[in-house]
Parts: sequence; C-alpha cells; structure tokens
Amino acid sequence: MTKAATARREKARAAKATPVPNPLWELRLYIAGRTAKAVAALSNLQHICDERLVGKYRIEVIDLLRNPALGRGDQILAIPTLVRRLPNPVKKIIGDLSNARRVLVGLDIKEL
Amino acid sequence: MRPTPKSVASRSRKIKEIPTSLSLEKAPSGIAGLDEITGGGLPRGRPTLVCGSAGCGKTLFAMEFLVRGAVEHGEPGVFMSFEETEEELAINVASLGFDVRQMVKRKQLAIDHVRVERNEIEETGAFDLEGLFVRLRLAIESVGAKRVALDTIESLFSSLPNPAILRSELRRLFRWLKDQGMTTVITGEQGVGTFTRQGLEEYISDCVIFLDHRVNDQISTRRLRVVKYRGTTHGSNEYPFLIDETGISVLPITSLRLDHKASSERVPTGIERLDEMLGGGYFKGTTILCSGSAGTGKTSIAAHLVRAACAKGERCLFFAFEESSAQLLRNMGSIGIDLGCYIANGSLDLVASRPYAQGLEMHLLSIHKAVTQREPALVVIDPVSNLVGSGSQLGSNSMLTRLLDFLKNRGITTLFTSLTEGGADTEQTSVGISSLIDTWLVLDVVRGGGERNHTLDIVKSRGMAHSNQTTEYRISDQGVLLLDTYLGPSGVLTGSARLAREAADRAQVALQEEEIARQQALRGIRRNAFDGRLATLQGEFAVEDAELDRDIQERIRQRDGAPAARAAMARSRQAFARAPGAGHGKHNGKHGGKGHRT
Repeated sequence: MTKAATARREKARAAKATPVPNPLWELRLYIAGRTAKAVAALSNLQHICDERLVGKYRIEVIDLLRNPALGRGDQILAIPTLVRRLPNPVKKIIGDLSNARRVLVGLDIKEL
Repeated sequence: MRPTPKSVASRSRKIKEIPTSLSLEKAPSGIAGLDEITGGGLPRGRPTLVCGSAGCGKTLFAMEFLVRGAVEHGEPGVFMSFEETEEELAINVASLGFDVRQMVKRKQLAIDHVRVERNEIEETGAFDLEGLFVRLRLAIESVGAKRVALDTIESLFSSLPNPAILRSELRRLFRWLKDQGMTTVITGEQGVGTFTRQGLEEYISDCVIFLDHRVNDQISTRRLRVVKYRGTTHGSNEYPFLIDETGISVLPITSLRLDHKASSERVPTGIERLDEMLGGGYFKGTTILCSGSAGTGKTSIAAHLVRAACAKGERCLFFAFEESSAQLLRNMGSIGIDLGCYIANGSLDLVASRPYAQGLEMHLLSIHKAVTQREPALVVIDPVSNLVGSGSQLGSNSMLTRLLDFLKNRGITTLFTSLTEGGADTEQTSVGISSLIDTWLVLDVVRGGGERNHTLDIVKSRGMAHSNQTTEYRISDQGVLLLDTYLGPSGVLTGSARLAREAADRAQVALQEEEIARQQALRGIRRNAFDGRLATLQGEFAVEDAELDRDIQERIRQRDGAPAARAAMARSRQAFARAPGAGHGKHNGKHGGKGHRT
C-alpha cells in the first residue's frame, strides 16, 4: 500500500517535471540515493532531452532506495540505468550518461 | 615502546581466550556427507565458492544448500539466479523432490532471477551495481534470509561491460554479504587453468569447493574436493558424489576407522556340510567372498545362504548384476532353492541392474540407500567383480572398502561373489579385496579324465577353526551338495575317478561282507557238528552210566542181603553155618574164614 503510494507520488513528481502530458519518449531513470553519479546522470539526461527531444519526452526517476521492489521489473542491476520504455523496443543505458554520443546511440535518437 | 612484562602476560592471557570466542562457526550444508568432510558444514556468515565445469551440479548444490537450510535448519534463503528463471529452477529441482514454489509461498525461500541482455545495454559512463545490492537486500529482508546463493554471478561479466567496475563491485558485494552475516554459496564456471573464469577465488578466500565431472571409459563419475577452507581442518581428498532423486550425496571415507563390533554369533551357510567345515557357519556381520570361475555355482552358494537367513525370518538384500530377478529365481528354483516365496513374504529383496548402467559410485549409493531403507541382516552382491568393471581399479578399491566398512559397521553379514577370469589364478581376485574379506571360499574347477569337476576350498576364515580339506561338490536339484572326500595318490579324487574309487570301495565292502557271512556259516556248521558229537557222547555215557549203576545197585543189594540170609539159615540150623549156595566162592571163603575165626 505505502509502497504503491510512494510509487504514485514519485510518478506524479516525475510527471510534474516533464513539460508535455502525452510524450513520445518515455524514459525512466533508476538511481539508488542521490549519489554523485545519480545527480550527474539526471542532469546529463535532462540536458540531452532538452536539446534533442524538446516537448516529446517524460522522465521518471525511480529511487530504488525508496522503492526497492521496482528494480525487479526492469531487471535493474547497474546504477544508474536509463530505460527507454517508449518508443519500442525497450532499451537500457547504464552509467552516468556522461558520454552523450553513446547515450544518443543507445536511445536511437539520431534518426530524428 | 617495549612491552612491559605485565602487558605481555595480559596479551598471552588474551590469546588463550581466543579459541572459544573466535572458533569458526559452521552452517550445516544439508548435503549428505559434505558436513562430515568439512567438519560441520560451510563457514557461517561467509561466502563459499562452488566451482566446476558445466553440468557438474553447481546450481543443484546451491539450491540444495538453501532448501535444506530452510527446511531442516530453519534458515530461510535467497536464491539469486543469473541464468535460469524461477520457473525453470522450480521445474529443474522438482525432479529432486524439492517443491520450490511451495517454499516461496511459505516465505522460506526467495528466488530472484537476474536477467541481463548484453545487446540491450549501452554503457555511457561510470556505474555501480547498487541495483543488485538493492534487490538482494530486498529479497533477504522479505524472508529474513540467513543463506544466499548466487548462481553463476560470473555471467555478469558477459552481460555487463567494464570488467574493472564489475570486479570491484563483486568484491564489495562479497564484503557486504559477509557484513550481513549471510552464509553464501557462489557458483562459478571453471576456467582454463583457474577455478573460475573470472578468478572469483581471489575474492572468496574462506571456502572453495570444486566439483568435477569426469568421464573415464565412457562412465561418468562426479567428484567433490574441498580446495580450501580457511580456519578449519577438512578432508582434502576427492570424494565421489552422486546426484539422484534425493539431491547430492557425497560419500566420505569416514568409516576407515575400523571400529566395528565383532559378533561371535554364527550364521548358517545353508549347506550342512559347509557348516561343519566352518565349525558352525559364518560369523554374523562378517564379509564372505565366494570366488570362482564361470559356472562354479557362486550364485548357488549365495542362494543357500539367503534361503537359510530368510527361513530364520531375517531380511535379505540380493543385488544381482548378472541376471534379472526372474532369471535368478528360475535358476535357483531349478536347483531346489525357492526364493520366490521369500520375496512374496517380504523378507527378500532382489535388486537387479546392469553394472554398466551407471558408475560404481552410483551403484554404491543405491546399495547404501537400499541398505539404509531395508536394514537387512544379510546382503549379497553378485558378482562384485562386475561392479568393479564399471569404475577404475584404484577408485573401485576405495569404494569397495567404503562399502564393506559401511556394511560391517551396521553388523550386516555380506556375501560377495567374484568371478575369476578363465585361466587366472583362482586365489587372485580381480577386485583385490581379498584382504578385506573375513571368510573366503574358493570354488575351483578340476579338469581331467575328460570332465570338469568342482572343488571347494576355504582359503581363510578369520577367527574360526575351519577345515583345510579340498572338498568336491555337485550342484544337484537339491542345491549344492558337498561330497565325501576320496584321497588318491595324487590328491583328492573327483568326478569319475571318485566314482570309480567309490565303486571299488563298494566292491571291497561287498567282498568283505561275503567273507564274513561265509565264516559265520562255517562257524554254525562247526558248532552243529560239535553239538551232534556231544549228544552222541552224552548218549553213550548215559547208557554206560545206567548199566554201571544197575550193576552197583545189584552188588549193594547182594552185599546187604547175604548176612541176613546166613543168619536166617543159621537160625534154621541152629548153628553157625554158612549158607553154601550164597554168592561167589571168594566171598564165601572170606566170610567162611571169618566165621571160622569167630
């Protein structure tokens, strides 16, 4: 119950951060606590999205320290992991996303 | 900074106290036999590396460690699988009697399948494995786990980039598990020249167990070795182990202590004359070897023993490695030994299998298990030489030693038959177990005179006076018959030679009897003749005797009659006159003279 509730709150918080209500790109960033890597990853992601996917994306940040059960669904091992849930197919990118070129390759953003 | 004498003393006191407080605590693995080798189990709260090549039983080891821990020792576990899904695992180990799903429901076990696809993953910078930690922590907390199994964590190396990060993260993971006090089993695939491909043994220094799966002469044997176990003594040999429907069983050589009890109770052999030769039968709880070449009746002698034991109401186990149960029953029936009724009443169990169907270890385990289940008083293994063929010579000797000790420790009388190859020395067992045997019967074939005859020798029989006579025996429809011994000029006579000798002996006896009868008849005739003569003599004597008697009586009468007549005559004549006509002249003269003188 509480876990679901926190998950919902987390989602709502994430939704607030995203500018577009019906996004083409649904991204989920898994972190475990606000570590340096997590912060770096989020800012790197935000930067890339703002540059390449203006208005077409939504970022959901899941902190596994708060919602440990969520890690299982997306088979999360490495932290941070970015999951591209939409468009299909699902893609995973690990690391702090500091290598922007590889993030674009990983997310298949080049085709845009 | 030199220590004062006082501080040295206090330090030495401290050292003395250490062993009790710091002695290594062990968690029973639940794997049969392993705890005996490791002296109690795996190191509690520490990681253990279980490594080996593909198919050596690593996953099963890990799963059994968890399942037994949860069921038998009340320690819930977490199984983190990097290869198989929950469903696959459940199905795989269900065949070994573990209901994993039920255990998961009862919160005894948590299974987490970690699947990482290399091609889905793009590395874009620094990362760590905190996600794995989180999942593991969640799983541990969900069941209150005390045990953790990581099944082939090395597969992360193929699915995640950047081995350097992985290595440091794994090191951190093992450290973390230790801090959590988790007794952990980590499996690893064997590498070339190393225990694991990624050198996990560098990180896990507490206990390393190596599983091996070898195929020798097309027969596989599994072996387990404790490579290292820090802080404790452990058996360092390779121990054979088996995977069957009850999981892993390691056969430790713990029974080499030689401390079994010795009974002086006798077990009848089922063959009357053999009992006599052994002074009453085999000793209870000893090991009997019956060796001989093909067709010498080894199985028959075993069947006699089985029948005798079953008739006393004892339980028997017969392991047949040559004949099927039905064939064995028919064959024994043909020599008058009906074992079928004992199978029917449950006192006899026939276990027939092909020796090459499985390795020696597997056979021995099945023997172990059957013996443990049935608790028989007698075990027959027919023949043990076939069993040995399914393993290497060295391995089979130690295995048989173990088997013998196992049976002896339980006070079970055991009869092995052993086939001696044609032409081989009969007192040379192919098995080389003769020194472990208490009573050894050698069945031999004597060839000669166009026939094969069977002889039996008691080569040894520990602790009992026994016959040293080579005895011929015959397998008849009444079973094995030990025959009378005939000694000829060149040893024991057998077969036709014996028959000839028997016939000659019979003729000799007949001749003797005839002679005795003749002598007795002669004696009768002589006695009759004697009696006849005696009767004649007695007759003659009686006649003479009667005549003489009559004569004597006459003379007595005459003697007594004369004086009276004379007196009467004198009276009539009134004179002392002699009666002139009375008696003979001599007498008259005498009397006259007398008369004159008077």
